[in-house]
Amino acid sequence: MANPMAPQRSSPPETAQTGLSRRDVLKGMAAVAGTAGIASFLAACSSSGTATPTPAAATSTPGAATPTPAGSTATGFVTLGSNHSDASEAKGMAAIDAAFTTATGIATKLNTVDHDTFQNQLTPYLKGTPQDVFTWFSGFRMRFFAAQGLVTPIDDVWASVKSNYTSAFATAVTGDDGKVYGIPVDYYPWAVFYRKSLFADKGYTVPATWDDYKKLCAKMQTDGLTPITFGDKDGWPAMGTFDILNLRLNGYDFHTGLLTGKQKWTDPKVTAVFQKWAEIMPYHDKAYAGLTWQKACDTLLQKKSGMFTFGLFLTGEFSTSGTPADLDDLDMFPFPTLGTQYDAEAALDAPIDIWMMSANSPTLQQDMANAKAYLEFFAKGSTQTLMFQNQPGFIPTATDADTSSFSALQKKAVQLVSSAQKITQFLDRDSRPDFAGAQGMQAFLQTFLKNPTADTTPLQSQMQAYWDQLPPYLGS
Amino acid sequence: MTDFAPASPASPGGAGANHIPVRRSRLSLLSRRDKVILGLMIGVPTFLDLVFIWLPTLASIGLSLTNWNGATALTAKNFVGLKNYQFLFTAYTPFWPAVAHNLIWLLFFVCVATPLGIFFAVLLDRELRGSVIYQNVFYLPVVLSLVIVGFIWELQYAPTDGFINGILGRTGQNDLIDWLGNPGINIWAVVVAASWRHVGYIMVLYLAGLKSVDPGLREAAAIDGAGERQIFFRVVFPVMAPINVIIVVVTVIESLRAFDLAFIINQGTNGLELLSTLITNNSLSEASLIGFGSAIAVVLLTISLVPIVIFLTRVMRDQTA
Amino acid sequence: MSASMTVATGAVPPRRRRVKRSRVALHAFLIVVCSIWIFPLLWAVYISLRPLGDTALHGDFSLPSTLNFQNFIDAWTQANLPYYYLNTLIVAVPAVIITLFLSSMLAFALTRAASRFNLFMLLLFTAGNLLPPQVIIVPLYTLYLHIPIPHPLSENGILYDQYIGIILIHVVFQTGFCVFVLSNYMRTLPRELTEAAIVDGAGIGTIYLNVILPLCRPALAALATLEFTFIYNDFFWALLLIETGSKRPITSALNNLQGQFFTNNNLLAAASLLVAIPTVIVYLIFRRQFVRGLTLGATKG
Repeated sequence: MANPMAPQRSSPPETAQTGLSRRDVLKGMAAVAGTAGIASFLAACSSSGTATPTPAAATSTPGAATPTPAGSTATGFVTLGSNHSDASEAKGMAAIDAAFTTATGIATKLNTVDHDTFQNQLTPYLKGTPQDVFTWFSGFRMRFFAAQGLVTPIDDVWASVKSNYTSAFATAVTGDDGKVYGIPVDYYPWAVFYRKSLFADKGYTVPATWDDYKKLCAKMQTDGLTPITFGDKDGWPAMGTFDILNLRLNGYDFHTGLLTGKQKWTDPKVTAVFQKWAEIMPYHDKAYAGLTWQKACDTLLQKKSGMFTFGLFLTGEFSTSGTPADLDDLDMFPFPTLGTQYDAEAALDAPIDIWMMSANSPTLQQDMANAKAYLEFFAKGSTQTLMFQNQPGFIPTATDADTSSFSALQKKAVQLVSSAQKITQFLDRDSRPDFAGAQGMQAFLQTFLKNPTADTTPLQSQMQAYWDQLPPYLGS
Repeated sequence: MTDFAPASPASPGGAGANHIPVRRSRLSLLSRRDKVILGLMIGVPTFLDLVFIWLPTLASIGLSLTNWNGATALTAKNFVGLKNYQFLFTAYTPFWPAVAHNLIWLLFFVCVATPLGIFFAVLLDRELRGSVIYQNVFYLPVVLSLVIVGFIWELQYAPTDGFINGILGRTGQNDLIDWLGNPGINIWAVVVAASWRHVGYIMVLYLAGLKSVDPGLREAAAIDGAGERQIFFRVVFPVMAPINVIIVVVTVIESLRAFDLAFIINQGTNGLELLSTLITNNSLSEASLIGFGSAIAVVLLTISLVPIVIFLTRVMRDQTA
Repeated sequence: MSASMTVATGAVPPRRRRVKRSRVALHAFLIVVCSIWIFPLLWAVYISLRPLGDTALHGDFSLPSTLNFQNFIDAWTQANLPYYYLNTLIVAVPAVIITLFLSSMLAFALTRAASRFNLFMLLLFTAGNLLPPQVIIVPLYTLYLHIPIPHPLSENGILYDQYIGIILIHVVFQTGFCVFVLSNYMRTLPRELTEAAIVDGAGIGTIYLNVILPLCRPALAALATLEFTFIYNDFFWALLLIETGSKRPITSALNNLQGQFFTNNNLLAAASLLVAIPTVIVYLIFRRQFVRGLTLGATKG
């Protein structure tokens, strides 16, 4: 693995460039999903997808076991490493794997590890005995592992499925060496979520600007609500707020530069982000540090809190702990504008989830064809829809996905992404994992949140010092 | 218990020197086959111990001088000298808090949990109806896994739903106490949960020690007019010296090994940093900063060796005396 | 305490009364403290008996409208708990047997060896047993990836992510503690017994199997009880050396199952109690062995 990549190691991480392309990806995606004009395209694809050989399969790789139509005699296994431990996502995975086995005759061995443990242990996982294919994230966080030779390039699979993706999706899954490493399966925007019925009852209106937002928070507080629910027990949710504030205040270029080491954490622009954040901290749930995001989300569900800055996948918690009516009541608006020149960018986090192929799986050589078949299967809209039906926060990425069942919220999410000029993934997906981890950025943000009005200069120096001592990045 | 005691009648130490010639003659009686068997009996466990404990310990020291990330081959280029230590001591923000948290853990155990365990042992060391029931209650948490202890205490500490805030009436947004989230107090909350388990452990150890104290000593002291407190501090406690050493060692080692509770609650972050969680979070994590994590491991190793060496030299002195 | 303090100074008839009174005070004190002590556990039981709908509506800190065992049934079936209990047995039973086997052999052999060597070995093992496991985890992990293990013992040819790897690390770590306890115990055995066997021409193996092991039965029983609990309760090793979620023993699996199955406090409390029950039962049945095991060596593994 390491050798073929060696020549490419000199190329820079290029987050900015790929980020821009990601925007095109999603814009294209959104256009596809959000407009009726695409109906003819969708009509070409069966929504069940189990028996229809896709164009992808027809042009597939020389590998022995291309997924073949139902009734095929393909046998053997593919092993799957999944972080879909939330109840709704686990159901989606079960549905997908059943459909895959029905369609191809290949059995699946699914290893589900709880989401945060999977994430925290990814490196030892990939160095050890990973499954053949596994769930992961696009962006820098994908390229980091590709550069270390811990994953297998899948250009052949991509070649057979890329017709089902808007062209620029390729960039989102391309490593520093120009090879493709992932199959995009879903994405979701980060925004501010609220319950329509609560806003209607109390006569609140959706805030467009920072001042409106703060006024609304103050009003909610006098009404006995927690204005902004927040659960940072797992360390990463706070990054969502940092991202959006930095994007709005300092713009996309600065943000991505900061996360890839081209800008300094000691920059006064970062101080400004913390100061803005401190203005709204009094409106956050006071118990945030001990709450998981799920528990925080429950207060929104129970109408004890008013708003939640989070990813669309919070719908999973609404489905698990609430009723379908609760889910229908959920709505979103883009994070308010801050009155800077970057408001026009309307940039936001809209991470893409992918499936990748490991390098060290003990069974990979024998399962190779099956593993590729699985990745190809996941590139179908019909497959992604099976997950989507259980976890309505994961918007399918495939062009042939059936969008007719999209709820108003999902259409809005697609619209939100398509209207953004710049798209980022998420802080821990756009930066080095050894920087973003539990003892890095997560801890720094927790330090800030502890005492938001304190002088952040020492904290920022610590952040920069931490960045500076990290081992050299292999891909750079 | 008595097996640790230097003056224990069962202790073979005193006879050791005299017996060496006897042993030698005994060895010479052994057949070749017996010698092979003896060699295997010693060799197999020793080999496993060396390969799976001591070799990795030495390797950790070596790795702490590198910036190895574990994915590529380890080469001379990875050697960074003492750089990891330099960063650790001077610039790595979670390090000193982690040391402080380990110290808090230790101090709380030494000053509160261990004395409480001893106190309960002293109370229960008498003819008392229902003594076994009391002992069982104190001891019950000890048989629970720390994972379970963690979940049980999360139910007590939960900010709006927990028992403690419920009974204090502090579940509102403005007055709730975030026991496990507030980095100023969560280490104390966790140490209390850990003590719940530690107290029973100490109690059992101490109780067994007390039972082995010669009742004649107490009677003699009582006849001399000593009060119960005096008898304990002047007579019993000094006789218990060997068990006291063990309890000190258990307390120190348990504080240094603290890991599970902090890891269960929030992976050992945000006020719950411990040396042990810093090691795993750095080296066996997505970050995979193996060299740096190993440097923290070496610090923990060095600190741990202090009580271990004190304890073992003590045991050694007792046995060779 | 203060009540009993006065005992020694009083005259005889009031003394007896004071003794009685001090006893009452002592019982009162112990009952209060024990109630506090057991409360967290009782609270967990209480939460686990309440349906989610009840606590979601009124909060956990409220009086119950209904109590039932539904959470236990759900936790048991949905998360397939029996399967994870079996994982634990697959690890714990061989680990305990091998540990006791190896450590009793080593302890026995060391009693035959020169005392200086004997002491050095005990130090080596005990010190290893006392080290925080985090100190060795990275090199150990690397070893586990590279030591080849033949197929019937290991599905993937290495120690990592295999039951045998977990069994091995428990054996290695716990042997230190058991050797310490057993060698102390064996030294209390009368030497004449083994000498008589030697005179009869018995080989070393025979002496170990037919003379020493039967004599060590009480110590072995105590250690077996204790070691089973230690291994059952392990979280760390299985977390870092078993990657497949479904292979994890129950204690480390609990954390993994939390998000998927135990999505609320009530279910999680029920699941935690279910996981706790076996060690509590072992303790209640083998209480005497348990305490003896701890106090024989007085250090914990």
